[in-house]
Parts: sequence; structure tokens; C-alpha cells
Amino acid sequence: MGLGHYLLLSSALFAIGLYGALAKRNAVVVLMCIELMLNAANIALVAFSRFLVGAALTGQMFAIFVMTVAAAEVAVGLALIISLYRARGTVDLGKIDLLKW
Amino acid sequence: MTISFFVLGAAVLLSALAVVLLRNVFRAGLSLLLCFFGVAGIYITLGADFLAGVQVLIYVGAIGILLLLALMLTREAARGSPEGRLVVPAAVLGGLVLVVLGFAVWRTPWKVVAPALADLPSPQPTTEALGLGLFSLEGGFVLPFEIASVLLLAAIIGAIVLVMERK
Repeated sequence: MGLGHYLLLSSALFAIGLYGALAKRNAVVVLMCIELMLNAANIALVAFSRFLVGAALTGQMFAIFVMTVAAAEVAVGLALIISLYRARGTVDLGKIDLLKW
Repeated sequence: MTISFFVLGAAVLLSALAVVLLRNVFRAGLSLLLCFFGVAGIYITLGADFLAGVQVLIYVGAIGILLLLALMLTREAARGSPEGRLVVPAAVLGGLVLVVLGFAVWRTPWKVVAPALADLPSPQPTTEALGLGLFSLEGGFVLPFEIASVLLLAAIIGAIVLVMERK
């Protein structure tokens, strides 16, 4: 079990999240896929902090900050989605085309 | 360790695939919770005990539940989670990202302490080390920590303002 295994797992999780964030039409599901990508980045950070020379837990601290920002992002993102749902009655990204001319 | 890594990794990847492939959004949300638990297990195999606890508390306990609540509030569960017109480009791009990242991981000569987990020094409890690292005056992360506090406060106030009923 080396660093490469963990980085490959992280890459695969990131790719899955990227596919979902681009392909899904439900805004909440897109937010979930963004969370998947953040988790993938966190796995890579923690793996680096365990395996690399002189890491001194810096990777784990970065992961803590990533989680903090992710929590803030989800709160604001869901508030946006809910207020959008109130205004337009849908969270379907195909139907939210306010900026289309 | 090897067995636990492969079991947890398979659980993480399969539940992540379920999140993007299931039509039922509520089941997708529950698989997301499973995926977060799997990532916490991956942290444990890396000796990050504090982070695994934080992962369960924040991701499973707060973010996951918030997402499930939003799914229930927006009543799109009946319509499911349809794919848009970008399915093929998204799949191609995801595969491409995976290939490029895999190639980079494979070809980079990492300066690792030891090539395998079993040869690394056994993991120490990280909570105290993380606390000291965060708040020490020399090379600490006090300013980022305070900025993160302000960011969280701003996010909470912003979320409340966004969902307030217009009088």
C-alpha cells in the first residue's frame, strides 16, 4: 500500500465527482458532487502528509481548512438553491436560464 | 491495512458512483453519507485519527444531513435526478482527468519516507500535534484560523439573509 494507491483512489473519486457536477441537472446533486471532489482532494492531502518527507501534518491542517470552507460553501449553496426554488419553483439546472438572451 | 484499504476504497468508489448514477435523489444522498464514512475509514488507515472524527462529525453529521434536508425541501425527489445534455462530454472529461492524473501519479518520483504503509513509522495520536501546529506562534496557522472563523460567520449570516421571507 503506497502513496500511489491513495492518489489513484483520490483521482478516481475526483473524476466521479467531476462527471456528476457536469452531467446532473438537479442543483442539490451537483452540490453533492462538488463535496465528492473536495473529499478527493482531502484524501490526497492526508496521504501526502503521511508519506512525504518532512510533512509535519501540514496536509492534515489543509484538510481541516478545506472542511471548514466546504461547510460554509454548502450552507450558502443550499440557501441559494432554496431561495431559487422559492422564486422559480424548480431546482432543475436546465430550466434556470435567467441569463439567457 | 491492505485489506482494509481495498474494502474501504471499493466502498468509497462504489457509493460515489451510486451518487452520480442513481435516479432516486434520496438514495443518492444516502450513498453520499456512506461515501463520507468510507473516506473517514481511509483517514484512519493513514493514521489521521482526529481528521477521521472530524470527517464523521462535520461531513456525515452536518453537511450530509443538510444536503438531505435540502433534497426534502425542494421536492424534486419525485422527478429524480435526470442527466442533462452534457452526459457524454462529462464522461469523456472525467475519464480524461482520471487518465491524466493517474499518469502523473505514476510518473512522478515522490520523495516518500517509505514506499509502503507497513514500513512507515507507526502513526502517533495527531490531535495534540495538530493543535500545536495550528496555534503555535512560529509557523502556526493562527491567522488562517481566524479568517476561517470570519468566513464561517459571514456564510451563516449570508445563508440566513438568503432564505429570509420577503416581507
